[in-house]
Amino acid sequence: MSIAAYLGILIRASTKLHFIRGMPRALDQHSAVARHRSLDLLTFSESSKVIIVASPMRSPYPLLQNRYAGELIVVEGIDGSGKSTQLSLLSQWLRAQGYAVAFSEWNSSPLVRATTRRGKRREMFTPTTFSLIHATDFADRMESYILPLVKAGAVVCADRYAYTAFGRDVARGVSRRWVRNLYRFALRPDLRFYFRVPLDVAIERILSGRTALKYYEAGMDLGLSRNIEESFRIFQGRILDEYEAMIDEVGFRVIDATGSIEEQQREMRETVMEVLGAHLKTGVLKSPAGDSHEAERASAVL
Amino acid sequence: MKPKEPLQFYSEPLPDVDPSELTGTLIVIEGPDAVGRTTQINLLRQWLEREGHAVLHSGMARSALAGKGIQEAKKGNTLGPVTMTLFYLTDFADRLENEIVPALRAGFVVLIDRYIYSIMARAIARGEDRLWIEQVSGFALVPHAVYYLRAEAHELVRRVVLGRGAFDYWESGMDMRFGSDMHQSFVRYQTKLVRAMDRMAKQYDFTVVGASRPSEVIFRELKDHIAGLQLGKAREIVSHRRAARSR
Repeated sequence: MSIAAYLGILIRASTKLHFIRGMPRALDQHSAVARHRSLDLLTFSESSKVIIVASPMRSPYPLLQNRYAGELIVVEGIDGSGKSTQLSLLSQWLRAQGYAVAFSEWNSSPLVRATTRRGKRREMFTPTTFSLIHATDFADRMESYILPLVKAGAVVCADRYAYTAFGRDVARGVSRRWVRNLYRFALRPDLRFYFRVPLDVAIERILSGRTALKYYEAGMDLGLSRNIEESFRIFQGRILDEYEAMIDEVGFRVIDATGSIEEQQREMRETVMEVLGAHLKTGVLKSPAGDSHEAERASAVL
Repeated sequence: MKPKEPLQFYSEPLPDVDPSELTGTLIVIEGPDAVGRTTQINLLRQWLEREGHAVLHSGMARSALAGKGIQEAKKGNTLGPVTMTLFYLTDFADRLENEIVPALRAGFVVLIDRYIYSIMARAIARGEDRLWIEQVSGFALVPHAVYYLRAEAHELVRRVVLGRGAFDYWESGMDMRFGSDMHQSFVRYQTKLVRAMDRMAKQYDFTVVGASRPSEVIFRELKDHIAGLQLGKAREIVSHRRAARSR
């Protein structure tokens, strides 16, 4: 891919006006870019030239800064990016070192779950109500789980966060600005990992690993295609575009999710130590002796 | 008489809704708990139907999607303020898209018992960010008229005690413990709500209706106001459609 084309993508991404299609595959060849994208300055080198693109777009609605003792780590990416596997390995590793680790999954609030299930089963959702019920679910987990635990000094690991809504709801036609404001009550995570994977790879993983795609997961409510696999492909492609376009805004640490499980996990752990290392030693709740059994299991992965 | 203004969204148009198709009339009755909204809505509904209008009545936490979930959530002791706000907004959005907008398209007079303003007032009374909730609620339609039945907190206490004879946990804002007991918490919470609603009355151009008067007097006042809203146009459209269908 030419530099001009890449810059074009960046400019479009930073103004959040257009979709980009097929980005990840092209960018996989430039792992240097992937590694540095989360910095405020982005360095891109090709044929010994270095171009610096400064001042990434800032969100109009920044999330609340974490001023508490604990840490919040989130993973994002399209279905089939392997983020859940990586987060569970990471949390095992942290727990093995004795840290208080809590886990929060998207769409898991006990107060809201029945309503979401009802809406899905009867196919009652519009883009607006789909967005609002997921924000309600998130709010409940934020208010009664994530925030109190972070305040108490735990490391909270969240599988999907507000950024999932920024991708998915916008792919459904909800306004970017509105959904960003909607989640303004959320705590800003200390680390935000984005698992970048080409669409084809992710879809192959999903279709080979599971039996049936679900209606909303495939974006069937949008009438993109009558074929559920085709609809899924188009819908996931849109979400991927949104993720790519929000990298600078969110400050994602981009992980190449086509790499081996071990490689990805090593990179995650390095990043955690680099960014949170000092704070993990001082602020976070830790039991004097870690669980040796867990420690063995965790270290066995690498 | 100038023609009725077409409906508009506050700031965030809903996808797939063309406001120019909404020929009905959107009327909102707002006001605190126990102020007598239900009495007035029942009287208005009967009157409007006698006058030959098609009337839809919609109230909070009655959506097919979220009504039941909200009732369940309120039975427990874990419903937080932001969650509550968003749950009610989900309920509102479901009713707006699936009941209110279709009825407005068909030329109905839509009578709404509490709109986004009550949800916003409750959020503000609980210390949530005003701009946040205003923008989140931006997908609501601007009503043709908002009647705010207004009474002070001490008047509401009188009505609750004489009427129902007991304080309600949520109406007293006990989730926030605004006072050491239900009575104190009720007075403080309802005072905050009245203050938030008074501020919105100016911002959103409510018609303020003093509620500390006999219900017949209030009803007469509401009737006079609503008669000036040109409901006839909506009825014509409905009857045209009926005629078209029977042909």
